[in-house]
Amino acid sequence: MSQEIIQKTAHELHDDLRSGATTATALAEAQLAHIDGHDDKVKAYLETWNDEALAQAAAIDDALSKGNDPGLLAGIPIGLKDNLVTTTGTTGCSSQILKGFESPYTATAVQKLYDAGGVMMGKLNMDEFAMGSSTENSSMQKTANPWNLNCVPGGSSGGSAASVAANEAVISIGSDTGGSIRQPAAFCGCVGLKPTYGRVSRYGLIAFASSLDQIGPLTKDVEDSAWALNVLSGKDPHDATSADLPVPDYREALGKDINDITIGLPKEYFTDSLGDDMRQKIETAVDVLKAQGAKVVEVELPHTNHGIAVYYILATAEASANLARFDGVRYGFRHPDAKDVKEMYTMTKSEGFGPEVQRRIMLGTYVLSSGYYDAYYKKAQKVRALIRRDFDQAFEKCDIIATPTTPASAFEFGAKSQDPLEMYLNDIYTTTANLAGVPAISLPCGLTEQQLPAGLQLIGKPFAEADLFRVSHAYEQNRGFDMGHAPIA
Amino acid sequence: MEYEVVIGMEIHVEIDTKSKVFCGCKNEFHAPANSHVCPVCLGMPGALPVMNREMVNKSVAVGLALNCEISRWSKMDRKNYFYPDQSKNYQISQFDLPLCHDGSCEFEVNGEINKIGITRAHLEEDTARNDHTQGIGESGIDFNRCGVSLLEIVTEPDLRSAEQTYAFLNHLKQTLLYLGVSDCNMEEGSLRAEPNISVRPVGQKEFGIKSEVKNVASFSGVQKAIEYEFKRQVKALKKGETLIQETRGWDADQGITVPQRTKESAHDYRYFPEPDLIPIAVDEAWEQEIRESLPELPLARKHRTTEQYSLSDYDAGVLTASREMADYFEACVAAGAPAKLATNWITGDLQALISDAKADITNIKITPEQLAAMIGLIEDGTISGKIAKDILPDMFESGKEPKVIVEENGLVQISDLSELEGIIREILTQHPGPVEDFRSGKMQAKGFLVGQSMKATKGKANPKVVNQILDQLLNEE
Amino acid sequence: MSKITTEDVEYVAGLAQLILDDDSKERLVHEMGDILNYMDALNELDTEDIEPMMHVLDLANVYREDEVKKSLSKEDVFKNAPKSEGDYFLVPRILDNTES
Ligand SMILES: [Mg+2]
Ligand SMILES: [Zn+2]
Repeated sequence: MSQEIIQKTAHELHDDLRSGATTATALAEAQLAHIDGHDDKVKAYLETWNDEALAQAAAIDDALSKGNDPGLLAGIPIGLKDNLVTTTGTTGCSSQILKGFESPYTATAVQKLYDAGGVMMGKLNMDEFAMGSSTENSSMQKTANPWNLNCVPGGSSGGSAASVAANEAVISIGSDTGGSIRQPAAFCGCVGLKPTYGRVSRYGLIAFASSLDQIGPLTKDVEDSAWALNVLSGKDPHDATSADLPVPDYREALGKDINDITIGLPKEYFTDSLGDDMRQKIETAVDVLKAQGAKVVEVELPHTNHGIAVYYILATAEASANLARFDGVRYGFRHPDAKDVKEMYTMTKSEGFGPEVQRRIMLGTYVLSSGYYDAYYKKAQKVRALIRRDFDQAFEKCDIIATPTTPASAFEFGAKSQDPLEMYLNDIYTTTANLAGVPAISLPCGLTEQQLPAGLQLIGKPFAEADLFRVSHAYEQNRGFDMGHAPIA
Repeated sequence: MEYEVVIGMEIHVEIDTKSKVFCGCKNEFHAPANSHVCPVCLGMPGALPVMNREMVNKSVAVGLALNCEISRWSKMDRKNYFYPDQSKNYQISQFDLPLCHDGSCEFEVNGEINKIGITRAHLEEDTARNDHTQGIGESGIDFNRCGVSLLEIVTEPDLRSAEQTYAFLNHLKQTLLYLGVSDCNMEEGSLRAEPNISVRPVGQKEFGIKSEVKNVASFSGVQKAIEYEFKRQVKALKKGETLIQETRGWDADQGITVPQRTKESAHDYRYFPEPDLIPIAVDEAWEQEIRESLPELPLARKHRTTEQYSLSDYDAGVLTASREMADYFEACVAAGAPAKLATNWITGDLQALISDAKADITNIKITPEQLAAMIGLIEDGTISGKIAKDILPDMFESGKEPKVIVEENGLVQISDLSELEGIIREILTQHPGPVEDFRSGKMQAKGFLVGQSMKATKGKANPKVVNQILDQLLNEE
Repeated sequence: MSKITTEDVEYVAGLAQLILDDDSKERLVHEMGDILNYMDALNELDTEDIEPMMHVLDLANVYREDEVKKSLSKEDVFKNAPKSEGDYFLVPRILDNTES
């Protein structure tokens, strides 16, 4: 019985809670028990908030019994990436430098989930400061892919993706700077959405690269993704970069036909570097959309190949400044042997940050340093404008762009961690959506020969998440197979 | 060889916004350490800045007062450096697109108009205070000041003497006070002025190697630092030494500058656009709105005051030293007081009372209308100037109408001829000596007799009438 | 040939306040060199007439009103502080007293 509950989606549970088929307390207990039974293998959670979750669930049950509406996500177990600050528990970005940090405030996005009745289960593992594509850069623990425990869950929201795939959360929240929601969602067989830049407030999201970061949901299906975005979206006075645009009810986009939709296939994404297996998965998925009435055209995104370079210049530059604040003065780790301020900085940072974070700080500092700004940073900003223009021009010919989310499915632990550049190239299909600020979603589109999930990426026009959901839902409902559950779920 | 000094200024002004520039924390100097801090100004993980609209308004006002061009498109940048007076280890400032640029400012030196170019005025955030007195080997940090609205004004190297620099700084401060954008309190650090000083042989076009002097706490300190640097640099050059571009600190106790930092290459601030903030676009309409709200500025007001009220340059200068004093003066004149009399009373007795009470012209009880009424009482002969001097402290203390005080104390001037004649006749009989003296040609004896008449009437006698009667009586026989 | 030298790495580490041992320096010379080489592909593109993109959002003039909001409680201010005393955060000696 409890095994069944935790397999359900948020929209199914929403009805069960209101019909009396279950209670928030029963759901929270089942969820916590399932985490307890499975997370020693998956290691998605850094900490769980059992007492707080049960207290929250009791309050939801109380409200429901009185006939009050406790919110769209009332009673739904939700997991949070460790870079979203919360007054409950700790927020550490999976880093030694911030380990044990107790935030005096809660991120706006998380507060919105609380306000909608979501029951927070705890904090999820990630690549340290969201820097990585495998969650191997966590300084806390290794999270495994529930589909194959020898494989990485992807990153940096690896804990978020693994928790949903392993049914250790109904919805989890991640952040996406260059693919950090979509890539792990693809690796773990769940739905991962990166909203338009500005759709969701970043206030309380520990910044990696401010001009690229967006918070988004990882869910079991498209409908849950739409529900979650309904809750997460909106203008926040605490975030100047959050858009002051109305939030449509994204649920209304679901179940509608897609006869008026044109799908663009960018030829730059379907090159030799894409494996046959993955290519075939995407082609099959596009056929499903065609069968549902969508038109398919070829489009061009000519600067796709420059995306990684632009991304790693801009993201590391911003990160080098964003991470400067971790200096051991106001919070976090301070090296105990520092005798003066200079030593406090250098010893704290050198010991507190892991190797990948240090590498990126070095790279970002270099591209901004005297004499190199124009050659790297400014050049990257200009090519960023070209990448955005590519998308604008492509969207004159189509409504949605379909691509693979990743060149291949999940890799084994250690497979790419020796060569940083090779690891960076893994983000080739995802970074451009961040650079252009456009919304993108990754949908499970079958299993590869290695029995690992493959991801279909759909990219939409700015603030056209409703279209993205409509097409995603049409695909999901008609793809003709059931993804089933991960072996560890 | 003759040398001249070349000076440019960097001035940091704390802008008087109620809250800090990027967060809602209170901008207050006198508060317990770290009592006005929040996730944003403490640089907590995940916190984001949002620009204070009033900071932009007041900065544009300064820019317009300094005849700057206001950028139609401006942005914030991050200036990266590590120091414990910062909470993020970068300062949000402006680099290549300052809000205000290419301006100029006219000011007076000994009655002559001088002009200085204003390179730029840009927005930034103030830093925290380090308190080195905390414990042995440790420093305490108070982040209350961190994130306070700060405007940095940079001038062209147009100044040529310490005296001229001093006059410019005073004028700039006066302008900022007129605008009401800062309290310019130098002790509290609301206004900080740092000179860039170089010397060159007279007639040479190229600038010399400059030093930047920090930690100067007053305008007279700036003046002294310039004088010191001039001597130091000229001496070095005369000895054939090469100067280096450096930052030096002002040691006020010893009256010298000492080297602080020599490696300019250490300044690799890695400026880049602040991604958390949105561009500032002040369009013509917005600029115009601010322009229309600007007060009349010090030089213009002084000039108008001189002309309109036929006052001396000196009087007008004293009256317009502050906007509040000038307003007081004009209100007094508007209430009917003759300008010259109002000037004398305001800059004389009233100013003395204000100084003694350590008060401010904005918060005294005596209104400009009351002062005008008092002057009116003198003018219409109700009271003497002497009585007026006596009742002014009472007015200052109580805020009572002068007429009420005069009536309550029976201070109305005696101008009645027959009443005064009787009193004076008595005085003449009491003092035959002086009367004799006068009649024998010692004219100054009359002064004594006037004094005695005033004394007998407790100052209430109308001196004009007393003189008249005396003339008449002394010449009678 | 690497794009950057050990001296470059040392200079950048100084700016970033990182201390690197010799192995790390050597490793970074190669890794950063490879990545920077890869980034040089951007030079193929003619971007002469392209405006650098700072924000994807076409926004300007987002402000907060000048209103005082509640600051943090003393407990919240110092809760995470590695070292504090009274109302102050404490840091070790500041030797280079020059920045401002
Ligand atoms: Mg500055
Ligand atoms: Zn604050």
